[in-house]
Amino acid sequence: MSSKIPLGGAIKDVGSTTSNKTGTWRTFRPVVDKEKCIGCGMCERFCPDGSIVVDKKRKKAEVDYDYCKGCMICAEVCPVKCISKEVEEK
Amino acid sequence: MCAGVNGCIPHNPANSINLFRVVEADTHIVEDLAKLIADGKLDAKHMEVESEFSAISAVVGGSAAGVRTFTATSSQGLALMNEVLFAASGMRLPIVMQVVNRALSAPINIWNDWQDAISARDSGWLQLYCETAQEVVDTTIQAYKIAEDKKVLIPVMVCMDGFFITHTLEPVELPDQKKVDRFLPSYKPTHAFLDPKKPMTQGPFAFPKPYMELRKQLSDAIDNSDKVIKKAHDDYAKSFGRKYGNGLIDEYKNKGKKTAIITMGTLAGTVREAVDARDDIGLVRIRSYRPFPKADLRKALKNAETVIILEKNIALGTGAGALYDEVRSALYNECKQKVLGVVCGIGGSEVTVEDVKKIADASKKKKNGNIWWLMK
Repeated sequence: MSSKIPLGGAIKDVGSTTSNKTGTWRTFRPVVDKEKCIGCGMCERFCPDGSIVVDKKRKKAEVDYDYCKGCMICAEVCPVKCISKEVEEK
Repeated sequence: MCAGVNGCIPHNPANSINLFRVVEADTHIVEDLAKLIADGKLDAKHMEVESEFSAISAVVGGSAAGVRTFTATSSQGLALMNEVLFAASGMRLPIVMQVVNRALSAPINIWNDWQDAISARDSGWLQLYCETAQEVVDTTIQAYKIAEDKKVLIPVMVCMDGFFITHTLEPVELPDQKKVDRFLPSYKPTHAFLDPKKPMTQGPFAFPKPYMELRKQLSDAIDNSDKVIKKAHDDYAKSFGRKYGNGLIDEYKNKGKKTAIITMGTLAGTVREAVDARDDIGLVRIRSYRPFPKADLRKALKNAETVIILEKNIALGTGAGALYDEVRSALYNECKQKVLGVVCGIGGSEVTVEDVKKIADASKKKKNGNIWWLMK
């Protein structure tokens, strides 16, 4: 068989999903107002894609735009409403 | 030993998980297995779940984790499993499932025909149809050997006619456990298993190109499984002394006959009696419906002038049963035979030896391509 795909499509090379940069799917772009952010980590806990993390030193939320799909859950759960929703323009 | 097939499901070697759904014609199969486990005679985990969808989902989980799995179902239960059947074959999980063939609603009917399994024919499972309780025992053991073969790795349905096999008594020889263990060693998965040291994702998303490639892989593997089925059957025959034709088809007094009757399951037993009673007909029983044994059928029907297909299912919209179209298609390029289709035994309606004789008589006046229903 010429195919290199493992039987049944199983993925044995774990973490391969990082090669698929899903940030291009984004319609809305979450933008963190660093002045208002209190670094509580709610956004980090709720992000379904692990695409927003609180920087340990600066104690501010940082969005990974390579993978953020723009679902805006982070803005929804932010207790100080420091994440704004901008339309992605490409 | 004398028992209905429900008492004769082979003891799987260790390393197995069993999942059952009850309240069907397959009830006794799982009840007996549950008893074996409770008595400490079968090293297995018995899971009870709330539906057939859950049952097949749980065996998919068990098989994906790398253990040998078994479940049984019938009729509506198989229909409820439908979505997951495709996942099981797509993930290449060597599950073995006994299917007690019965009619589908509506109207509600509890009796035998093949509509349940035939309707799952494109799900990517192999389907082996048995004629006797003894064959169910033997075929279930072979089914693991086939499913777990590295060249196959495809789930297998072992099909048996509801009531004719499941609710009648038949003397059955249960093979010796040690001999079975030699024939069928413990399952050692190399493609799908749960090991935190070797993590993997199973059943993931696939874009069109890899998706199509994986479907082709599955299709090719099913096509090539015929050799493995034959070999498992032959090896089994050597160890246990019982054989069923060549494993794919089972001919009975077919050589030199002008008329060949094709059927599956217990109906073959009825045809055998008709064959014994006269000298103009022979029997070709299809044992492996998936893969469909085109080449073997062509060979077996080479010298027949008339081919009659007796089948207990309807491929609605084609006016015939599913076997009719498939046999005809297998014969097409070199077809000189008159091919006739008979839909019979639907929803448990009776088909007798006399009926088979009458069909053989009627076939002489029928034109090629005629299809009729045996209405009783």
